[in-house]
Amino acid sequence: MGKTVAEKIFDAHFVDNPCEDIFVIRLDAVFCHEITTPVAINDLVSRGKDRVFDPAKIKAVIDHVTPAKDSKTALQGKIVRDWARRNNIKDFFDVGRNGVCHAIFPEKGFVRPGYTIIMGDSHTCTHGAFGAFAAGVGTTDLEVGILKGVCAFQYPQTLKINITGKLPPGVFAKDVILSVIGRLGVNGATNKVIEFAGPVIENMSMEARMTLCNMAIEAGGTCGICYPDQTTVDYLWPFISGEYASKEAALAAFEAFCPDPDAVYADEMTLDVSDLSPQVTYGYKPDTVRPVSEMEGTPVDQVYIGSCTNGRLEDLRVAAAVLKGNRIRDSLRGIVSPATPDIFTKALDEGIIKIFMDAGFCVTNPTCGACLGMSNGVLAEGEVCASTTNRNFFGRMGKGGMVHLMSPATAAATALAGHITNSTLYSA
Amino acid sequence: MKNFNGEILFLDRADINTDEIIPARYLTEITKEALKPYLLEDLKFDGFDPAKDIAGKQVIITQSNFGCGSSREHAPWALEVNGINLVIGESFARIFRQNMFNCGMMAVALSKEEIDRLFAEFSGSPATLETDFANNRFTIKGNNREADIGFSISGFDRALVEAGGWVDYADVNY
Ligand code: SF4
Repeated sequence: MGKTVAEKIFDAHFVDNPCEDIFVIRLDAVFCHEITTPVAINDLVSRGKDRVFDPAKIKAVIDHVTPAKDSKTALQGKIVRDWARRNNIKDFFDVGRNGVCHAIFPEKGFVRPGYTIIMGDSHTCTHGAFGAFAAGVGTTDLEVGILKGVCAFQYPQTLKINITGKLPPGVFAKDVILSVIGRLGVNGATNKVIEFAGPVIENMSMEARMTLCNMAIEAGGTCGICYPDQTTVDYLWPFISGEYASKEAALAAFEAFCPDPDAVYADEMTLDVSDLSPQVTYGYKPDTVRPVSEMEGTPVDQVYIGSCTNGRLEDLRVAAAVLKGNRIRDSLRGIVSPATPDIFTKALDEGIIKIFMDAGFCVTNPTCGACLGMSNGVLAEGEVCASTTNRNFFGRMGKGGMVHLMSPATAAATALAGHITNSTLYSA
Repeated sequence: MKNFNGEILFLDRADINTDEIIPARYLTEITKEALKPYLLEDLKFDGFDPAKDIAGKQVIITQSNFGCGSSREHAPWALEVNGINLVIGESFARIFRQNMFNCGMMAVALSKEEIDRLFAEFSGSPATLETDFANNRFTIKGNNREADIGFSISGFDRALVEAGGWVDYADVNY
């Protein structure tokens, strides 16, 4: 019987089957950030087990609140920093070299097709864009991952989503995934891996694939997966050129992690995006999705462009294309957080940062900050934010605040109009 | 093993997310105990007031997809430090469910019919639940009634509860 991507990866990483459909698998990487790791570190210390299974396979970053905003967040950073030093973790990204975890780790080449990755962060599903099994876990799973290099999961069930047709101009991966979540509901993919397949995905950049996979968790999915192809190889080539004789050889090796033609899926669905329009959320759950045109005119207090969903260079380029030569409305404030130092530098070189600043945006350092209402753009009670992030829960970006999720193009257009509106890149 | 008996808090809403269970602004805490006052602080719906309704409760009964959203284990911890080690619902988000058992706590799914029946018969007046872990049974008393309901958890979940959590289990086995 044929296998899905996740089944192939599980079988290649098998450690134990303690009972029924529970499988313990070997991990290729454990990612860490300063919000969910300190309690694991402190627990390991108190158990007298302050060690790591393999320092080269652990990557750590301070990204949620950076630079520290108060004594508590300073302590969280210090716990991770001291631990990384003690345990000889070389890939630790401290203030100044740090960026949003799910943007900086792929950018550094830490993800490969067929990898197994965990992190104490629900949006770890992002890394499935490379054909990896990457899952968000809690602090206890993280702790065991750090110590033993293993994690337990249910043997994966897979939902295959075929994205067909051709994306209209001004419609992006964010609109596709919002539309998918609107159909599935916040519970629609619980305990399932989602494979994204079809011509639209094949034509997407790695950045766009990451945007797509990033939000698999918003439908409850364990991981979102795209099949490794030439685009994957080209992206990874600077990191793997020493390991493979040629790009063709790398592609052949990676394609081992594509699904078998007779793979068995728990469910399948097809979405033709040829007529898809830009999408936006209207409620307090990410599945409350409708076309931007139906929300036209909704006033907002803040526009936020950034996060692990849409803070990459491609996103900033699109937003800048909309903003160029214009100023945002005085009735709102715009905040942009390039997701990593590398993205920030390239955006500077390309003149994108100047476009944002000329438009009246505040440009912050790379950080999660505003996305989860911790720093760098927290909403006041009753305020509304147009945001390129991935979660619109009540109070997510600040107690009593409302969040509308959308693409960078829609967010930029909204900043110029002062209310939710479609960008000029899209013509209905 | 942790305590799985006590007074029931009924939360009559689906999709209660981890931001509602423990808001992100408290994630700067590095001890579990510090989370205690903030449990369910952002959960807003008619018939629930976190300031009054949590005290003294040791079991939660709720609807579907409880614990969706963030991976934060602060959600089970905030429950644990308030003395709540058992959540019963129609379904759970994967990470939350795993976090509960990883902490030696329980997230137990019952059928929609059973959940509906528990809400119909017991919510709205004081009710208590007793867990017979060895025999997979809950006994619920309140409103001059008594219900005896069977449940099932996987052998792995059972082992985690008995071991006191995944760290202890993994330390012995891997
Ligand atoms: S940008 Fe937002 S969603 Fe992404 S990791 Fe940071 S806090 Fe989480």
